[in-house]
Amino acid sequence: MKTFDYIRPASVPEAVAAGQVPGTAFLAAGTNLVDLMKGGVATPERIVDITRLPGLSSIERLPDGATRIGALVRNSDLAYDPMFEKTYPMVAEALLAGASAQLRNAATVGGNLMQRTRCQYFTDAVSPCNKRAPGSGCAALGHATRIHAVQGWTEHCIATHPSDFCVPLAALDAVVEISGPDGTREVPLTAFHLLPGDHPERETELRPGELITALRLPPEAAFFRGHARYLKVRDRTSYAFAVVSAAAALTLEAGGRIAQARLALGGLALKPWRVAEAEAVLAGQAPSPEAYAKAADAALAGAKPTGEANAFKIELARRVAIRALTQAATGTPARIPALPASPFGIV
Amino acid sequence: MTIPLRLTLNGQPREIALDDPRVTLLDLLRERLGLTGAKKGCDRGQCGACTVLVDGRRINACLTLAASLDGAEILTIEGLAEGDTLHPVQAAFIAHDGFQCGFCTPGQIMSAVGLIREGQAGTDPERIREGMSGNLCRCGAYAGILDAVQDAAARTTEQREDAA
Repeated sequence: MKTFDYIRPASVPEAVAAGQVPGTAFLAAGTNLVDLMKGGVATPERIVDITRLPGLSSIERLPDGATRIGALVRNSDLAYDPMFEKTYPMVAEALLAGASAQLRNAATVGGNLMQRTRCQYFTDAVSPCNKRAPGSGCAALGHATRIHAVQGWTEHCIATHPSDFCVPLAALDAVVEISGPDGTREVPLTAFHLLPGDHPERETELRPGELITALRLPPEAAFFRGHARYLKVRDRTSYAFAVVSAAAALTLEAGGRIAQARLALGGLALKPWRVAEAEAVLAGQAPSPEAYAKAADAALAGAKPTGEANAFKIELARRVAIRALTQAATGTPARIPALPASPFGIV
Repeated sequence: MTIPLRLTLNGQPREIALDDPRVTLLDLLRERLGLTGAKKGCDRGQCGACTVLVDGRRINACLTLAASLDGAEILTIEGLAEGDTLHPVQAAFIAHDGFQCGFCTPGQIMSAVGLIREGQAGTDPERIREGMSGNLCRCGAYAGILDAVQDAAARTTEQREDAA
């Protein structure tokens, strides 16, 4: 690991000031950053340790029905918070479907948004990679790309975003609260992560020195509590990244028709994949396999594999979307299953 | 640059002057404090052999920078028994043959202690397996590990009920 200067600010403004110096990285739990530093993938010259900053560790229900989650809340504390689990069950299920218990106990919600791709050509620290070494090319394209993107990729980068948590957050219109040199601002989660375009080294909306201080779920996010599921297909049932995942949530009218639908897919792109048309086709429809299939087709419109190796992900994502919608219509289980988000758990 | 650290390590207050910000909790324990119970398996957060409790929660010591832990309370396998009396999880691992070579065992035991404290799995075998998935055992002693954790979880619940 390359050595670095270690700075421990006492407040958010101090952290923001320290974070503006080029070559600086913020350290929360470090479950991703320290791993990348050990591998020589991340080589910050300065670490600004934000783990002890005051005011960023609470979960608050706001008077209007929104919920604010401090950026330093640990994944497990959020998933097991009784109010949170009951109100946003698919978010809790997604959190518990990610990583291991040890990692969830450490990793923060702000860090979850900031985690880097697990593309093996990025993490090996030596292959050409436009994210790690801008302009060096993409070693993944044309090689082992089973886990790579089928939506939103360019020849410059075909990586995917690894977060489970962000998928239901995108579906529920979560907002990212940010403090920076010019004050505070908010960015919708769906606009926070950037597609690769010509500059895959630019991964998020954050500008130098800007720090995530909280996530906020709007009041409407609570309306879906009775019909919301996260479904994750992976190479092993626990402690593995998604090959494909889906967050599906519905509100139903008294007669049983779908009032509102939310659908976001994971594992397909450099951000959670949410398509307005996929949700619109479900509104006013009776819950049915045909309606779910139309929504899934809309969510996957324009999908394109990077090669033969990941062509299967398109059909897999279609089926996962249909199944997640089916599960959501059935209703949120009283308790998160023993195997969260697993197709092998209860349905 | 020296980073001063105050820790409570296995119940004892410790003051440490850290001369390198790169030192992980695992390296601090093993290389500088002589506590070699927590093991360096993968050193990348994938195997769980380095599991210890920080402020009562199980984490991977290999991915935690020691500098970030000023003021923390750390419990390692060395601090688990009370004198010659084994912790119930340690005793259960012996009773149920929850290991073969033993390399992963300190991490398995600390993880099981953390799991039982979290109170989410109870004695449900599926929830215990899921909750222990961050600890790999290359010998494949999982059947014994599951039995040991179930047994220890049941005894801990009984003790809590007795106390109440």
